[in-house]
Order: sequence, then C-alpha cells, then structure tokens
Amino acid sequence: MEPMILEYTVSADDFSGAGEASGDVKKTLKSLGFPPEVIRRVSVAMYEAEINMVIHARGGKITVEISPDEIRVCCEDVGPGIPDIDLAMQEGWSTASDKVRGLGFGAGMGLPNIKKYTDYLDIKTVVGQGTTLTMSVAV
Amino acid sequence: MKYVGHSVTLDKDKCCGCTICLKRCPTEAIRIINGKAVIFGNKCIDCGECIRVCPNHAKKAVVDTLDVLNSFEYTVALPAQTLYAQFPGMRDRNIVLTALKKLGFDDVFEVSVACDAISRAVTQDLYFDRLPDHVISSSCPTVVRIIRSQFPSLLPNLLNYRSPMELSARWAKKLAMEKTGLPKEKIGCVFISGCPAKATSSKHPLGENESYVDAVLSISEVYPLLQPLLKNIDRPEILARSGPLGVGWAKSGGEAYASQASHSLYADGIENVIDVLEALEDEKIHQARFIELNACPGGCVGGVLAIENPFIAKSRITHIMNHVTPTIPTGSLPEDDMHLDEEVRYNPALQLDSDVKQAMIKMMKIKELEKQFNGMDCGVCGAPSCHALAEDIIMGRGTEEQCIFRKCRKYEERIAQLEKTLEESCERKEHDSK
Repeated sequence: MEPMILEYTVSADDFSGAGEASGDVKKTLKSLGFPPEVIRRVSVAMYEAEINMVIHARGGKITVEISPDEIRVCCEDVGPGIPDIDLAMQEGWSTASDKVRGLGFGAGMGLPNIKKYTDYLDIKTVVGQGTTLTMSVAV
Repeated sequence: MKYVGHSVTLDKDKCCGCTICLKRCPTEAIRIINGKAVIFGNKCIDCGECIRVCPNHAKKAVVDTLDVLNSFEYTVALPAQTLYAQFPGMRDRNIVLTALKKLGFDDVFEVSVACDAISRAVTQDLYFDRLPDHVISSSCPTVVRIIRSQFPSLLPNLLNYRSPMELSARWAKKLAMEKTGLPKEKIGCVFISGCPAKATSSKHPLGENESYVDAVLSISEVYPLLQPLLKNIDRPEILARSGPLGVGWAKSGGEAYASQASHSLYADGIENVIDVLEALEDEKIHQARFIELNACPGGCVGGVLAIENPFIAKSRITHIMNHVTPTIPTGSLPEDDMHLDEEVRYNPALQLDSDVKQAMIKMMKIKELEKQFNGMDCGVCGAPSCHALAEDIIMGRGTEEQCIFRKCRKYEERIAQLEKTLEESCERKEHDSK
C-alpha cells in the first residue's frame, strides 16, 4: 500500500511553535492505532529534529511517510550544515548560542537522542548548504 | 441505569443546540444531533467542562439523592475535603462532620484519612525508589481516563494506589462492620462529592474489582440542608480523624506537597493537564518525581458539583489546615490493602480502525474530504471542527449535507441553474411570440 505522506514547514527562531509538527504526527499516529511505544519514539525523535531546525538551520521542511510497517521522517534544511558529524553525535556537544541555552535548549542531546530512538538514521550534510536528516522507526 | 461512560445527562427542553459545549469539549466527544447535544461515551473523559459552560444549565451530573439513606440499616458519610470549604468562616471540620450526623448519617469517615495514608505510603515509596520515574497521581478520575484513551504510553507512570474515595469507603465499611456486626451490604458508604467523575467511578471503577462506595451525593444537594444545621452546633462531637496534609489534597498542589517528593509538578485545569501529559510523553519533563494533575481549575475545590468559587475555597482549605483540630484515632486500617486490584487498561477511543491499513485508508479519505470544507470550524454542522465532520462522514456517522457552507454553495448552484433555465424559457417564449 502507498505510504501516507504528511508535510510540514518549520519556521526559523519560532520556539513557541516548535513541536507543532511532531505533535500533529503524534496525533495522527494515535488515530491510526500504532503501538504506543512506536508513537513515543517517533514523536521524541521528530521533536528533537524539529527543534534542531529552529535553533541551527533557519527552519526547513519535514516530510513524514507513514506505512503500516515503518514510519520515515525526512528533515531538509538549507542551514549552515554540520562540519563534524562524529562530534555532533556526541552527548553534550552543542554549538547552540547562549541565548538558545537560556531558553532551555541546546543541551547537546538532539542528535544522540534521535539516534537512540530510531532504527535508522542517515545524515547528509554540506557545510554552507544544508542538512538532510532521514530517520525511520520500524513497527 | 444503562452505563454510558460518563455521568452527564441532558435536559432536552433546556438544550438549545448551541455550539458552546461542543467547542469546549477537550476530547471532541460532543455532537449536536437534531438540535440537541449528544455525548460519545467512549471519547468522554467525564471532565464536566460541558456542565460548567452550558449557559442554559441543560447539562447535569447523575448522582444519588438523600433518600438513599433509607436503603441501608447503617450509613456512613464520606465527605470530600471540598465540602469543608463551602461554608464562610468555617475552620473546625468537626462542626461539619457533626452536622452530617444530624442530617441522618449514623457515622462519618473523612476521605482525607485515605489521603493521609496514601501520602505516607508514597513518601516511603519515593524514599526507597519503588515508583516509576515521573509517577502520575491516580486520584483524579478524569486524568486516569484521559491517560487511558489518549496517552497510553504513560499508563505505566500511573500511581498504583486506590483513589482516596475507594480507599476510605473500604476502611469505613470495615470499621462499621466491626462496630455494628452488620453484613457488608447493609452498610451504606455515601461519598459526598464535588466531582461528577467520581460518581461515574463509583459505578464503574477503573483498576478495582468492585467499588465500596454505595452512593454519591453532590455537595450542591447537601449544602442547603447542612447550612442551617451548622448554626445550632455549640459543642461539636469530635469526629475528625485526618491530619492537615490530607485536607490539603482538595487544592491543587496539596497532594504533591504531602508526597514530600524532592521535585514535584502540579497542574490544574484540563487544558493544562493535557499540555503536561504531552510534554511528559515527549520527554520534555526531566526532573519531576511526582506529578499531580487535576482536571478542575484550582484542584478538587473547582469541581462542578461544588458551590463556592474555587479560589475562595482554596483559601478556606488553607485556613482549615492551619486550624488546630482535635481528632479521634483512625482505628485499625489495613494499610496492605491500598493498591489497585489490576492495572488500568488502554482504551483505544481515538483509533479509526483496529487494523492499521484500514485506519490509514480512512485517514487519507478524511484528509481528502477535509480539504473540501472551508476550515472555519464553525460548529454549525454539529461537529466541533471541519476535521471532526470529515471523520464523522468517513466513519459513517455524518453526512456532507451537515456543512452549511456546502449547502449554501449547492443552493447557489441550483439557483444559478434555475435562473438560466428561466432565462432560456423566456427567450424561447419571446422567440415563439415573434
């Protein structure tokens, strides 16, 4: 069966609106009857990615593909890119500004959490051009 | 009476079919059908918002009446702490408790006794690390209901203790049986409630094999009968059993305070409760060891069956807590009987279909159909939003005709068509007459 596609636009610097896309996905997955644990993993991972786009990447686009056996989330931005992915994957490593940290974000757990909650994670990034993050959770 | 999943009834003559309750229901459980509000029992969490907001007072909670005292040989009143906060100037709980006996009850047993015991047990559990991280209080039945239908991943976080109402009923019944020698069924434990959801819980408890609460009276019914009795009590009988911390459970934050958790969080009002549950589910809350959630504004004092404004009632609760009240010993209470009989189970009320593939097909149809509506979410169709109407149609419980904008568009098209036909026939007549 064809996957169900949901598309979202994430605005830059909109901290109060961040989480709306992952919230909508969570609601949709609950109506579809996916197991609670799968829903939780998708929504936590997607929320982290959404916040990353707000903090670092001047916003971007998220596409969610829902199939009965897998949920795929693709986050595309035209932000600064990630110069060193290995470093970025380390818990606690963050390049967030003091202002962002003051808001309670930028603890350096974004990418490590995404990795922890997903079954597949691929990061394509070019410094100065942007990042595409694809993740999936198997059902 | 047939169980419909909630305690709300409708006075059809008073319901004018407006959209006020429809728009305020936090779970989109209400529809206006044939001009009257109807509740989907499976989606309703019994929060009482519809009772609270109805300008015509068409919605009421089903509770018992005082006649119930005649159905038992021996009756025990179980007053919710909120009752104490209804009377201006009242500081001594013993006066209210004595008045309850004058009203016709054989004995009284404060629900706050169970609150004290649960708080003591929770403090120990926290100390010995026997609870899940971010444990959520299970004392508000509406919170339990919303978790089981909308936040199933948080079911393991629910505190596994009986509600104060159930626990106090069990203990009151045990003490009464010992005192009177009567069998269980001849003793009536009557809860005096500010909360309609607790009336529902007493009939259909969650996580309990059976309820020990035999009847529920509303504070609003008991209040006018108690008020005149209070004045004539010079020397109250000493009937209070609980300490001040248990009394404090009536106001938001009281239970969290009594738990003595190193970090706690409390929220009240159903919208705030939902926000906290969302945040907890998304792992945005890291520190709170104990989480107290109350569906009503201000906590239990904000229940729709109470009379006094919740903020005034909160301040009175603080006064009552600070008042030195003589108490009698609690009696021998079996503290090993405090846990729920079984776990609260998931209620998949949001699910469109039990099969994921079928649910996806339905969801895609709903999204497609929703685009055809104008997104005003006006509620005139009887559904709370355009999305809800689209869902109703695909689920076979609604029709496109319900949308007033679509109806208008259809009539406009029909009128345009008629005008055209008329014009054509006029032209033809003109032509023929020539």
